[in-house]
Formats: sequence, C-alpha cells, structure tokens
Amino acid sequence: MNELVFFINNVVISGLTIGSIYALGAVGITLIFSILRFAHFAHADLMTLGAFFAFFLTAMFPAVGPAVGLPTAFVMLPLAMVMTAVAAVYIDKGFYKPLRRHGVKPIVIVMASLGVTLMLQGLIRMFMGTSARSMYIDDRKGIHRIELPFELASRPIVLTDPQIIIIVLLVIIVIALHLFLNRTRLGKAMRAMSDNPDLARVSGINTDTVVKVTWVIAGSLAAIAGTMLSLDVSLKPDLSFHLLLPIFAAAIVGGVGHPYGALAGGFVIGFAETLSVFNWAVLLRPFRDYLWFDLPSTLAFVPSEYKITVPFFILLAILVWRPTGLFKGKVL
Amino acid sequence: MLMKLPMKETLMIVALAVAVLLLIQVMGTAYGVRVLVEASCYAIIALGLTIQWGYAGLFNAGIMGFVAIGGFSAMLLTFPVNQSFWDSELSGELGVAFLKLVAAVALVAAVMQLHRIKVPRSIRLPIILMVMATLYLWVVNGFAPVTQSIVSQHGFIGGLGLPVWAGWLVGGILAGTVAYFIGHICLGLRSDYLAIATLGVAEIIKAFLKNSDWLTRGTLTVSPLPWPVPGASEVGFVMARALYLSVTAVLIAIIFYLLHRAYNGPWGRMMRAIRDNELSSSAMGKDVNQRRLEVFVLGCILMGIGGAALATFNGIFDPNGYLPLNHTFLIWVMVILGGPGNNLGTIFGAVFVYVIWVMSEPVALFILNSISYLGDLWFAWEAPSDFSSRALQARVFSIGLIITLVLRYAPKGLFPEKVQHHQ
Repeated sequence: MNELVFFINNVVISGLTIGSIYALGAVGITLIFSILRFAHFAHADLMTLGAFFAFFLTAMFPAVGPAVGLPTAFVMLPLAMVMTAVAAVYIDKGFYKPLRRHGVKPIVIVMASLGVTLMLQGLIRMFMGTSARSMYIDDRKGIHRIELPFELASRPIVLTDPQIIIIVLLVIIVIALHLFLNRTRLGKAMRAMSDNPDLARVSGINTDTVVKVTWVIAGSLAAIAGTMLSLDVSLKPDLSFHLLLPIFAAAIVGGVGHPYGALAGGFVIGFAETLSVFNWAVLLRPFRDYLWFDLPSTLAFVPSEYKITVPFFILLAILVWRPTGLFKGKVL
Repeated sequence: MLMKLPMKETLMIVALAVAVLLLIQVMGTAYGVRVLVEASCYAIIALGLTIQWGYAGLFNAGIMGFVAIGGFSAMLLTFPVNQSFWDSELSGELGVAFLKLVAAVALVAAVMQLHRIKVPRSIRLPIILMVMATLYLWVVNGFAPVTQSIVSQHGFIGGLGLPVWAGWLVGGILAGTVAYFIGHICLGLRSDYLAIATLGVAEIIKAFLKNSDWLTRGTLTVSPLPWPVPGASEVGFVMARALYLSVTAVLIAIIFYLLHRAYNGPWGRMMRAIRDNELSSSAMGKDVNQRRLEVFVLGCILMGIGGAALATFNGIFDPNGYLPLNHTFLIWVMVILGGPGNNLGTIFGAVFVYVIWVMSEPVALFILNSISYLGDLWFAWEAPSDFSSRALQARVFSIGLIITLVLRYAPKGLFPEKVQHHQ
C-alpha cells in the first residue's frame, strides 16, 4: 500500500501540478499561434516575468498573505496578471506589430520573439540577480498530510498549498475560457479570426482588439503558471529555460490552434515526464519474489538529468506520426 | 567591364580593419590574434547559418548543439589514447554494450516493418511500443554498469589519437547526420517547427555531453587538445596563434569559394527560388523538401567544422561552456547584421560582432564600476554583491535588442544580398 501512496505522491500529484502549469502555458502559445500565426518563443519568459512581478509585489507587501490565510504571492496574483498582460500588449506593440505591418514572413517574427526572449531574460537577471529565490517571504509553504484510513498505508499523501491552488485554479480557468470563447462576442471574434483572418476583417471584426485581447489572456495565464510554479518550487531566472520545450511540445501534441488540445497536451507532457523519471522498482518491489529477473534498485526510464529529453521525443514522435496533433489542429 | 569597388562595403571593411588594428595595438598582439582566430572560427559557423537562413530561409535555433558536436568530435578523435582503458576488459564490455544497441536498433527496425506481413494496425502499435520499451531498458541497463566502472577505474575512455583534420571532418559529418534526422522529420512541416526542434536538439546534445562522464569526462572537462600547428611552447604565443589563424583562413577561403560558386550556380538559383516562392518552384518540379534538407545538412556540417576548430583552438572541451547565448544568438546577430545570403557580409559580421562582443565585457565592467563608485560617493548607495555578474546580463539584453532592431529597421543587414540579374 505504501508503494501506491508513493506512486500517488510522485506521479499523480506532481504530474497534475506540472501538467496544469504546462497546460496554462500551452493555451497561451496556441492562442497566439492561431490568432497571429507565429510560434511565440518568448512565452516561457513571459511566465518568468509574471512570477517576477508576483515576487516583487510579495516583497513589497509581505504581510498580506498571512492575514488572509493564503500564500502572499497568490493574493498578489491578480495584480501580477494585470502587469504581465500590460507588458505582453506593449511587447507586441513595440516588437511584433511593426513587423506584422511590414508583411514579413512569420518566421521573421519568430526570430524577433527570440530577441524578446533574450531581452526579458537580461532584464530579469539584471534586476533579480542570477540566484534562486523563495516566493515565501513572511509566510511558509502550507503542507497537508492526508492520512489514509487503510491499515496497510502508514505513509500519508502529501499535498502542498500551491499544488491544491493550481489544480483548482485550472478547473476555473478552463470553464471561464470555455464560456468566453463560446458565449461572448469577443470570444467568437477570436475564433473567427483564427479560422480566417481576412474574412474576419471584412466582416467588421476589429482585429486590433482581438489581438490585444489575445495578448491579455496569454499574458495573464502565463503569469498564473509562472507564479504557481515558482511557489511550488522556487523562483529561478532560468525558469523559462526548463519551460520552453515542454510548453511547445504540449501545444503541438494537443494540435496547434486548439485550446482544449493544449490543455490535454499539457497533461500528456506533464505525466510523461513524471512517469518516465519515476522509479518503477518501488512499485515492483512487493512482487519481487515472483519476478524472473533481479530487481535493480532504480528502474526509471530516464535518469532525472535527462528529463528535458522527454518532451522533445514526444514532440518528435507526434511530428512523425500525427503532425496535426491529437486533436487535429488547424494551423500546420 | 570595369571592376567598380562598391563604396559602402569597402569603407566598412577598411573601418573594421582599423578597429582590429586598434584592438591589437591596445590589448597586445597575442590577445588580438586570439580574438581574430576565434572570430574566424565563428565565421565558419556563421557561413553555415547564412546558407541555411540566407539561401534557403530555414530557421535554425539550435546552432549550439551542432557546434558542440563538432567540439566533441575534435576531442574524441584527436585526444591521446587512454591505453589503460583499452588494455582492460572494460573495452570489450563496452563493445558488447554497443552490440546490444545495434541489435536493439535492428530489432526495432524489423518490428517497424510488420505492416509488410499484413499485421493489423491495432496489434502493430502495442507490439512496437512494447518492443521499444523492453529493448530500451535492456540497452540502458547494458550500458549503465560498464560506463560506471569506466568512470571509476579509468576516468573516461580517452580519445583516439587521430590527426586534427580527421576530428574536424568527423565533427562536420556527425553534425550533418544529426541535422539529417531532424530535417527529415521537420522540414515538410511549418517552418516554426524546425525552430522548436532544433532548439530542443541543442539542449539534448548538451545534456548528453554533460552527463556522459565516460565519454566526455562531463564537468571535469578534457584538455589539452592537440593543435594542427606547432603550439605556443614551441614557437611562442603570437606565432602559434598566427599559424592557427592561417589554417582557419585557408579553410574559410575554400568554403567561401565553394559557396560563392554554388550561390551563383543553378543550385543557388534554385535555392533562392524556393526561398522566395515555394509554391511556384514546386510547380516547376523542384523537390522543395529534399533541397531544403540538402541545404540544412550542408549548413550544419559547416557548423560542426567551425565548432571543432573552435574547441581545438581553445584546447579544452567543456560541455558546460556551450551556451545558447554565445553559440546560437551571437551567431544569429553576426548573420543578420552582416547580411543573410551575402557570404562576404557574413564574414564581416562575424569579425565585427565578435570584436564588439569581446570588448563589451571590459567596457561594461568599467562602466559598472564607475556607476557603483559614483553611486557610493554621491548617494551612499551600496551595490549588491553580485552586481558585476548581474551587470553582464546587460549584454544578453543588448543582443536581444540588436536582433529585434535589425529585423525591424535593416532586415537586409549591412551588406544586402546581391542577386545578379542576367538579361
């Protein structure tokens, strides 16, 4: 039984957490891809920027969280979301819009987004230094140990505050996004523009507004994902570096231009990562007497230093077998 | 026809030469020549990128990976032989592990052909996945004990002790092989996918080289790598580096000549046609994906050779020394600033950007020290302890800014591509 608890702690919970974070990033990427038709490489840095804003606000008002009973950074999240969304809109205005107006190939905008990546990284490191920081300044990470009512399970299931919050938050965001895209005028305009930008323009949709709304949504989601990830682990300036490949893999696995696909893709990548670094020997140990081979002490598919290869190989596999993604993305 | 020297280009090249001479004058000859040799290695890498981006419009965001493969190959082939490892039993065991790998690859390839004997898809897929997972674990568990005992008993397997040119050549071939597989998968799809895949492959190559202690000594680094020319201990710093510079210069001249011929030949015209209008060239019967694969592999071969030359010159193979900033984005700036598709412009850009890059570090540090000194003097402001390491991040910012600004205001670079029109 304890082995099963170990499995739940190490695979189910951490897979759900990291999957939600990848999913939020991938939704942003996929929205930008379907509206603006380019792969936004600076998205992972937008996530770091959001986390940085949240950290900055936490450092300014460290006493707010303990008063409410939630992590301070989470209480500050709405403000950080607004700041990141504004930053995203202005980055678009300053760097992508002029290129779009020039009518360059999408790949040139991709290059520009790599330039933006470097600029954001440089700025964040200039202000924050290069070391890792904890997002908890005046409060501590809440850890919940759930004892199981079974005789055999002596170990508890461990959940932390940020893990609960991100999973709950993701459910709310999915419902909100679904309602927004299907029920509101603006959401319908976004879907129209992703289907056919020219047709959308001639039928009187204000494409500038749609673009702005896209950046606002993508920026706020990035801020949520970045803040929650750094609450769960720690705030590192090279956070983006470990996020870039998984979120792109998630967007492509789900089918580019397909928000629900991106959600699914995020969880596919998240669980693939946790399953592949999981030590299967632990689960097999109770059966060791029945196995025909000697059980090694560690039996993981991928050593944890090669974790970054997992999203990459999933990406390659999906590009070989089903380039449109699991959910038949529109843009290819 | 009278050869007319283009005014702007000549002026810029003269200005660059003056700047380089000034650098040599200020920092000393040995340092100046070192910068020039490194710039020439970067120029080879940049030529590789200019044919990918300038000739064919392919976006390679993982130059670092191909450069690292080149460096690795230079290390593996030219480093002296580790006799104690080859005499021990471990070399045989390593051979067995490699045989297991070959057998596993053959088996997977065989299982992939199951559709030929009419096995339905629903059965095929689980079989393939299970075979792959089992064989993967078998191979990995075959390698793990051998590599661990190599590391604990002999350090690493050592090099092969071959001449330097062989290391450079194999570096190019290895980089080209990796590029072939990546290109084969991604080139038929949207152009953005190639960028994502190359970005990923670069990180994976680095992770592999960093963590394979038995092959590369990982973070312990391997040095000194043998040089193709007499070293500093025999003929002195300046002379040795000048000899090395002549080797790379000859290499650049050969590559430049070949690329120049290719660019103006039918092959170059076809590449430009594909870049500028993919639809019409495929309507003309050109195999667009095949041509792109060709140019992508060719560019990566050059990157591998350049990376090998760079690692040999530095004399040290350090997997951690490969940074996306220095080995991908700096090269991007060289190419888009110099003029994509213009070989001369690319070489100019490589030397120009590299000189600025090298000089920016002391200049940035000087400015920062003055800032923190004045801040302390005037406002009693105390600079944070990691101020200088933070301040160097300004270079990251400026590289990004240059990329975005050049793309916006001078998309053709300083030396615009010149397309000859034949009437």
